[in-house]
Amino acid sequence: MIRKALWLSATSVFLTLFTVGGHAEDRVLNVFNWSDYIDSSIIDDFTKETGIKVVYDTFDSNEILETKLLAGGSGYDVVVPSGNFLARQIQAGVFQKLDKSKLPNISNMWDTVSERTAKYDPGNEYSVNYMWGTVGIGYNIKKVQAALGTDKIDSWDVFFNPDSLAKLKDCGVYVLDSPADIIPAALKYLGLDPNSTSSDDIAKAEEALLKVRPYIRKFHSSEYINALANGDICLAVGWSGDVFQARNRAVEAKQGVEIGYSVPKEGAQMWFDQMAIPADAPHVAEALEFINYMMKPEVIAKSSNYVLYANGNKASQQFVDKALLDDPSVYPDAETIKKLYTVSPYDPKTQRVITRTWTKIVTGQ
Amino acid sequence: MSSAAVTTASASPATSTGKSVHARLGAAFSGRLVIIIPYVWLLFFFLIPFVIVFKISLSQTAIAIPPYTPALDISGGFSGFLAQLKQLNLDNYTWLTQDALYFNAYVTSVIIAAISTVLTLLVGYPIAYGMARAPATIRPTLLMLVILPFWTSFLIRVYAWIGILKPEGLLNQLLLATGVIHQPLIILNTYTAIFIGIVYSYLPFMVLPLYSALEKMDYSLIEAAKDLGCPPTSAFWKITFPLSLPGVIAGCLLVFIPAVGEFVIPDLLGGSQTLMIGKTLWNEFFGNRDWPLSSAVAVILLLLLIVPIMLFQRAQARAQEMDR
Repeated sequence: MIRKALWLSATSVFLTLFTVGGHAEDRVLNVFNWSDYIDSSIIDDFTKETGIKVVYDTFDSNEILETKLLAGGSGYDVVVPSGNFLARQIQAGVFQKLDKSKLPNISNMWDTVSERTAKYDPGNEYSVNYMWGTVGIGYNIKKVQAALGTDKIDSWDVFFNPDSLAKLKDCGVYVLDSPADIIPAALKYLGLDPNSTSSDDIAKAEEALLKVRPYIRKFHSSEYINALANGDICLAVGWSGDVFQARNRAVEAKQGVEIGYSVPKEGAQMWFDQMAIPADAPHVAEALEFINYMMKPEVIAKSSNYVLYANGNKASQQFVDKALLDDPSVYPDAETIKKLYTVSPYDPKTQRVITRTWTKIVTGQ
Repeated sequence: MSSAAVTTASASPATSTGKSVHARLGAAFSGRLVIIIPYVWLLFFFLIPFVIVFKISLSQTAIAIPPYTPALDISGGFSGFLAQLKQLNLDNYTWLTQDALYFNAYVTSVIIAAISTVLTLLVGYPIAYGMARAPATIRPTLLMLVILPFWTSFLIRVYAWIGILKPEGLLNQLLLATGVIHQPLIILNTYTAIFIGIVYSYLPFMVLPLYSALEKMDYSLIEAAKDLGCPPTSAFWKITFPLSLPGVIAGCLLVFIPAVGEFVIPDLLGGSQTLMIGKTLWNEFFGNRDWPLSSAVAVILLLLLIVPIMLFQRAQARAQEMDR
């Protein structure tokens, strides 16, 4: 058994050496992106145009990506972390600065988005936006109508007001198991600074969340997609993209489940998925070529039309499907965009306080 | 594996009397090699990983690659290495004692695992007994049926239970349609769902050792007890159960040990209030990015499990002696 294992690992080492040494002229690029996050024809077109073979690999949580990057030697050339994870990873020295002279298409980017991503990546030196969205309220239109007498949800009040959430308890409420997304929302609802790290403010957010805790069925960061789509729950505080995914699955299933998504009027957190190049990436030139290709207006518009998220490319908006561009839950109007906020990553000490507070809210311990 | 080595080693002198000293030495060497392999295996896949985890548990977090210091870099020569060793300390273990969270998580995990193990035994014993008493011709088929679920991904099987247990799921629909209940039962996201998930997932690990113990049993003993006027229940407790004890112990440990560290089943089927050590470790590792503290949690968990593992080994050794 062990001899076989040794033999297998020896073979794989040999094969690796062989591929590295023997095919140096073949241009390869290793991309690590979120699952279901690109129209695969874009990859084919890129290969056709440049001759670069793309090895496309996917992940489903920032934590998995971060662990691979922090362990070092991931072998990836382009990765797509979210803003607050990106910021910490830049500090840890995970990424290399982008050579802007190789990225002429960067002039297409949308300043409204770039200004905000600069909070995570000062000067946008390490990353380029791929897609962005919000943290808001996904809901089952019919069930909410039955429980509350209205299907118009436009405020955090439906969630943070115990009287209103109590009415939704029986049909089911799910919340992201992610303190960095929910605690700032509570602070915003209370009229406090969502970026606050003061322990008094965090305690107030805890108090607000504990008041509605009895009416929350589960804290989970992915299960709500299925639960919403199947009509098992009536409300979820989640990421816009996931709720759209649930909405599409519900439409495909034809079981009469209709899903709505609302960006609360008090303001919601924006999230950004950013393309970046690891410091130890083996194919930097190819990675830059890929990022530049992804900033072509018609290419990124094709991606948006497929995954149904807003992108950070201003020039692409003329190629984005009209229905998507006019959907305020995807591309909010200028007025709403002003109210959207970003949250800076926590320092390790605050992070510990936040995680501990969160455990108390979720488990009661 | 080691018993196989003993038989080859003891058989070779008898058969090789006429052969050269050379061949005899070769046989002795191959006999030893067979014994060495499990040790090499343990060294590479248990001891070395454990030492690495233990070392990280003595480090401190840092925003770097890897995210802890010191990273034990040997380029600084022997003195540099020694200086790095001096930075190691037990702070993370002290931290674990200061917040009741960790203690509670360990206790909850052990309790959930213990209850699940007892339930698995209660469900598994009749199955194993039925299999062992079934006609020899259909036993392989029954054995196959126990193993069959392993052909589907564990994760998908646990997901399937969500579909069965949810308020509008198969179970509730069936019970409502047959008029047994009038309000859907809330089972999903409760402790009951975790127990169902663990019992279902680990049942084969209980049934197989029980079956192998019960199958070896000499049933003429039961007939003798019957002839002597012993009622079936007391024959079971006086003969069958004691003889199946090695299987019971093996089965219980095979269920208990992985159940303590279970993460997937409580995450998918349990409610958010369930605080098990697997989730606590996840929070430390991924939420706080504190590799050193999560390593300390893992080391304590390992120590917690070594006691039942040692009990298991002693039971195994005793069972082997009984076989002789």
